Amino acid sequence: MGHATNVTQRLESMLRIRRFEEQVIQLSKASAFPGHYHVYIGQEATAVTMCENLTQQDMIFTTWRNHGHLLARGASPQRMLAEILGRATGYCRGKSGTLHLSVKELGVPATSAMVGGALPLATGAALGFKQQGSSGIVIAFFGDAALDEGAFYEAANLAAVWKVPILYVCENNSIPPEKRKRGQFPSSTLAAAQLVDVPRALQIQSEVVDGADADSLSECFRRLVGEVRTTGSPRFVEVRCTRWPGNVPVWPELLGGECSLDWAFGAKPELPELAAWVETSDPLLLYLRRLVDSGQLSREVAAATDVRVREEIAAAVRFAQSSPWPDPAEAPRGTFAGRRQS
Amino acid sequence: MRVNYSQAMARAVQESLLADPKVFLIGSTFAGLSAAGRAAFAPVLQEFAGRVMAAPVSELGLVGAAIGAALSGSRPLMDVGAGSFAFQAWAQIANEAPNIHYMSGGQTRVPVTFYCLIGIRGGGAAQHSHRIQAMLGNVPGLQLLLPATPADAYGMLKWALQESDSPTVYLSHSQLLEDEEEVDFTAPMLPIGKARVAREGRDVTIVAHSVMVPRALAAADLLTRQHGVQAEVVDMRSLCPLDRETMVSSVAKTGRAVVADECHLSFGAGAELAATLAQDAFAHLKAPVYRVATPDAPIPFSPVLESALIVTPEKIAAGALAILDFRKA
Repeated sequence: MGHATNVTQRLESMLRIRRFEEQVIQLSKASAFPGHYHVYIGQEATAVTMCENLTQQDMIFTTWRNHGHLLARGASPQRMLAEILGRATGYCRGKSGTLHLSVKELGVPATSAMVGGALPLATGAALGFKQQGSSGIVIAFFGDAALDEGAFYEAANLAAVWKVPILYVCENNSIPPEKRKRGQFPSSTLAAAQLVDVPRALQIQSEVVDGADADSLSECFRRLVGEVRTTGSPRFVEVRCTRWPGNVPVWPELLGGECSLDWAFGAKPELPELAAWVETSDPLLLYLRRLVDSGQLSREVAAATDVRVREEIAAAVRFAQSSPWPDPAEAPRGTFAGRRQS
Repeated sequence: MRVNYSQAMARAVQESLLADPKVFLIGSTFAGLSAAGRAAFAPVLQEFAGRVMAAPVSELGLVGAAIGAALSGSRPLMDVGAGSFAFQAWAQIANEAPNIHYMSGGQTRVPVTFYCLIGIRGGGAAQHSHRIQAMLGNVPGLQLLLPATPADAYGMLKWALQESDSPTVYLSHSQLLEDEEEVDFTAPMLPIGKARVAREGRDVTIVAHSVMVPRALAAADLLTRQHGVQAEVVDMRSLCPLDRETMVSSVAKTGRAVVADECHLSFGAGAELAATLAQDAFAHLKAPVYRVATPDAPIPFSPVLESALIVTPEKIAAGALAILDFRKA
C-alpha cells in the first residue's frame, strides 16, 4: 500500500472500472435490472490513484456513483454485478442495488444515495478513529452538488472544529463549461466563485487537481493522504473532471460503443463530442498514451491487459446473471442487528 | 437508592463510560432546562470531560457524525436536545441510521444512541413541544425507548449504550426529569422490548407511555376513589420493539381500553396501539377502544391555552368512564 505505482497495475485498475461500467450500461439497456444508475466513466484515475495510498483500516465513503471507488478498493466485480442485478450473491444480498453498494470488509461500511448524505457519516467515522486512537483515516468521495447541501457545511465545520483525519474528495464532474448557466467553473448551481472557497472559509486546507491527469492525481493524493495521516486534520481537494458525454443524457448512453484503446493513438470515435472528450479529458486514454509515448508500456502489453480485464468482467456478468434471486422471505428480515457482537 | 430520573440517566451514562472505552458523548445537555437534572449530570461530564465532544449547533451534522462514529467502531451517545430539534437532523435520523444495517445486507452494525427530550414542557409553544415518537415509529430500523420511571430511565439507557447493536432513539420527557423513586442499581438488566404492567386492575386497561404513565396512574387513583373502578395501567415503555402481547393480554382481562397518548390524535403512537387492539383484541372488547390524545393543533404558548390541550388524568379518567358507560347503554 502506498507504493503501488506499478503502471500496468494502475492501468489495469482503470480499465477494470471502464469495462465494468460499459457492461452495466448494456445490462441496463437489456433490462437486466430496474431503476436508475450512475457510472464512473471519465473519473477512473481519481479512485485508482487514491486507493493506492490507503491501508486496510482506512475507510471510504462514496455515493450513488460508487462502482469505481469499490473496484479500486479491490471489490469483486462478480459480487458487485450480482448486487446490481439484485441477486442473493451480491455483497448486500440484493438489498442495496447499484445506488447503496457497500463492502464492509473493504472499509466501505455504508453508502448513502442522498446528495451530501455521507458527508456527516464520513466525518463521524473519522471522529470515531480519533476517539479510539486508531491510525485509520477516512476518504469521502462526493460530487460537486454535495456542496449545495447544508450537510457539507455542517460536516466540514465539525471536521475542522474537532480536528479529525478526513480527506474530502470533491469530484467535480459538472456539466461542461459552455452549458453552465452562470458561465463560471465551479458548477451550475453554486454561487461560490471557487468550490475550494467554501472549505477554506472554515480553515480547511484545500486545493484543486486535474482529474484527467493520473500522474498529477497520484502526486496530489499521496501528499494529501500523508498530511491527513500525520496531522490528523481534514483536507479538501476538488478534482476537476469533464463529464463523459455518455453521462450527459438522463440515462447513461454508451456513446460511440465500447471504448477502443486505439483512440489513444490517433483513431477517433465518430461522435465529435466524444472525440473531443477523449482528446482532452479522458483520464484512462490520456494515461495510456503517456505510458506508451514515454516507453513505460508497450501497446501490446496494454492490449493484452485489456483482453484479460474484458474476460474478467465477462465472467462477472455470467456469474451475476446465473446467480439465484434472493428468497422473498428475506424481504422483511434483517432490519435490526440483534445482540451486540463486538 | 432513591434517585430522580435525571440522576438515574446520569448513572447509566457514567457506568457505560466506565465499562466501555468505545462509549463517548456528543453534546451534553441531557437534562434540558432542569437545574436539578443538570446538577445530576455535572459530575459525570466533569469526570469524563475528554470523552465529551463539544457540539456546534449542527443537528444534522452531529447526528450523522454519531452514526459515522458507530460505523468506525465507537458507541456514541448523541444529545439531539429537544425532540423538536430532531427535525433539523431528519435526513440522518430517518434516512441514514435505520437503513444501513438492512441495506448492507447485514454487513454493518450501527450502535448509536440519540437522546431527545420530548414533549409539552410548559411554555415550549409550537416549536419546542414536539412528541416525535409516532413519526419515528413509521421508520423501520430505529429502536424507540421511552422510559417513564427512573428505573427504566437507567436500565434502558444502559442497555442502549452497552448492549444494543442497532440505532436507538431514547426519548425522555421534560416533565419526568425530576420524578423520584427507589432504584436497585444491582438488579439484572431490564428486558428491553417488554411492556410493563404499572398497576393491576380488572375493569379497564389504560395503555400509556412516557409522561402519560404517571398521568394514567393518577387517573386510575381518581377512578378508584371517585367511582370504584379498578383500572389497569400498561406502560408501553418501548415503542420499538413493540410488545403487543402484554397490552392485548391486559385487554383480554379487562375488556376495555383507553389509549392515553401525548402525540396528536391523528396518526399518533396511540393510533397504532388502538389499531392493534381493534385487530388483535376484538373478541375481548366490550366497548370501542377510546383514544385520549393531544388535539390536532400546534401547541400554544399561553399557559391557559396550553393547558386546554394537555392530556390530564381527568381527561383519561373521563375516557375510561365513557367506555364503562358504553356497557350500560
